[in-house]
Amino acid sequence: MDIIVCVKHVPETAEAELKIDASGKTIEKTGLVFDINEWDDYALEEAVRIKEKFSGTVTAITVGPEDSDSTLRKCLARGADKAIRLTDLKFTNSDAYATAKILYSIIKNLHFDLILTGAQAGDDGSAVVGPVLAGLLGVPHATMVKKIEFGEGKAVVNRELEGGLEERLEVKLPAVFTVQTGINEPRYVSIMGIRKAMQKEIRVMGLADIGLNESEVGEAGSWLKIEKLYVPPVEKQAEFLQGSPDEIATKIIEILKSRGLV
Amino acid sequence: MNCLIIKRKGFYTNRFEYVLKSGWGIMDFELTAEQKMIVETAAEIAHDYGPEYWREKDKNHEFPEDFWKSLAEAGFPGIVIPEKYGGGGMGMFEMLLAMETLVSEGCGLAGEWFLCLSSVFGGLSITKHGNDAQKEKYLPRIAKGMEFCLALTEPDAGTNTLNIKTLAVEDGNDYVVNGQKIFISGADRAKGMLLVTRTTPLEKAPKRTLGLTLFLVDLPNPAVEIIPIEKHGINYSKTFEVYISDLRVPRESVLGEVDKGWYLLLDTLNPERMSFSAAACGLGLLAIKKAVEYAKERKVFEAPIGAHQAIQFPLAEAKAKIEAARLLNYKAAWLFDRGQECGAEANMAKVAAVEAGTEAVYHAMQTFGGYGYAVEYDVERWWREVNLIRLAPVTHQMALAFIGQHVLGLPKSY
Repeated sequence: MDIIVCVKHVPETAEAELKIDASGKTIEKTGLVFDINEWDDYALEEAVRIKEKFSGTVTAITVGPEDSDSTLRKCLARGADKAIRLTDLKFTNSDAYATAKILYSIIKNLHFDLILTGAQAGDDGSAVVGPVLAGLLGVPHATMVKKIEFGEGKAVVNRELEGGLEERLEVKLPAVFTVQTGINEPRYVSIMGIRKAMQKEIRVMGLADIGLNESEVGEAGSWLKIEKLYVPPVEKQAEFLQGSPDEIATKIIEILKSRGLV
Repeated sequence: MNCLIIKRKGFYTNRFEYVLKSGWGIMDFELTAEQKMIVETAAEIAHDYGPEYWREKDKNHEFPEDFWKSLAEAGFPGIVIPEKYGGGGMGMFEMLLAMETLVSEGCGLAGEWFLCLSSVFGGLSITKHGNDAQKEKYLPRIAKGMEFCLALTEPDAGTNTLNIKTLAVEDGNDYVVNGQKIFISGADRAKGMLLVTRTTPLEKAPKRTLGLTLFLVDLPNPAVEIIPIEKHGINYSKTFEVYISDLRVPRESVLGEVDKGWYLLLDTLNPERMSFSAAACGLGLLAIKKAVEYAKERKVFEAPIGAHQAIQFPLAEAKAKIEAARLLNYKAAWLFDRGQECGAEANMAKVAAVEAGTEAVYHAMQTFGGYGYAVEYDVERWWREVNLIRLAPVTHQMALAFIGQHVLGLPKSY
């Protein structure tokens, strides 16, 4: 089974102190640690596990600057066979739609039975690239996938829904699945894997190599434009209840009832 | 370090380009992509086995099974083992990067300890001096996580290794070994032991440094009895007195040449020093990080305590000293990996690392005030751990004596 995994090199923002940069449209990236997007990490692991079970190949693809090589190397070290980096200054500020177009322009020429990617990215959280890519390729997709099994020419996947529900779908292959965290337990990069990764090539392609023109990528080729990035103002809504314990308890019940919480 | 003199600056667009093209002034502190990945993976593992995990293991005197399994799955015990035998084929420098990161990112001394026992005592010694059969027998297993130990120290010899009494006597195609060892860590779980013996007693040896022979011994063995030593820290790993009575080992298990073990042993003992220097630096960095987090938050009077020079400066000083010690330790590893003499650097790095690491943990503990004494804050455990490194693998004073005598050329001081 030939699998393509779309990955993104993102800043780790969960515990970092974030600052908005001078443009007001993105964060200050200096000093941040970049790594593979968490959801893509699970997608890559799932792809490698499928390959180990059914044989085939895993190709990791990213749209991003040269620095993204460290994420691709990590994919190679964890078991991907090939890596492709799509890099061009013209790709800057591509939204999810333009990014999916860039990925589509290369993937349409590759053989694949399955495309996996993270359900969303840790930086922009748009969760759109996978479905749009499926649309462009004309193949089915499923999002928030938590389990994948295979039948003849098809896959059966479990999707995570709100409220603890799961949905089970039968999907014709080839297809695009966007993977939810927790679908597996990603392995550590191994020392032997690191050695092997350094012997594998990362293919680098730019705008000229993928058959798109300038107006189809970057800001020009995007449907969405970031207007402003900001930290929401902090509001204080704490209310201190006064009185004896009995009085406070009565007030709490009143408040909860008035808000329909009890 | 080369001194950069830009004589022909005008020929190049900038200083950087000049340096690159001329090769002058090149001292590359940048890690390679491979080395960066080792550091990242080590950090990932350390984050999964953080201080809370070790607090429990230390308290319950429990071996960290799952931690060691994760390290083995990630191939860390094989870093210094050739690729041919399932390892990474890398050097001591890469091993130090792994150890230092594991320690400083949350594992404490454990991040170095188990790798030193199995990979340095076992993997590295056999890689350096084993014959093909020995390499095939042990290296693939060590790369996968087989545990190992070193039986060197004896109660009546201490640091005076040449004075050891454990005797191996030739008997047909075998040797029969009798003797006593002390402070042998991991002997309960190890499947292999690097045993240091005398095949020629000191009084009969033509030279003091001759007559030592190293053996690779499979464990457990009924002729090897172990008795645990209760200790100050590192309670997730046990250390033993070892009594060897009529242990029969085949001639094939001699590592290197009979009577010439002393010269091989240095290739194990110098990397051991480097490993513990990495541990001291890592512990210092870990304790400083924790103390800094606390010093930013904790307010006793008006400002956070980290605003006070009494808290801030000792931490800053320790940090600077640790960074200096790390570089010296890297240099020792760099020399070792090139097959060059590294004893001076290994001992100087050990002296610098112990002082810096101990100072760092001491002041981290002071930063926490009374909480520094509470188990919950971890720093007391790191204090118990860093205390080992001024005593082992060699005492601070013996490392100083080495520098005095062998680096400065002063008379022997002991």
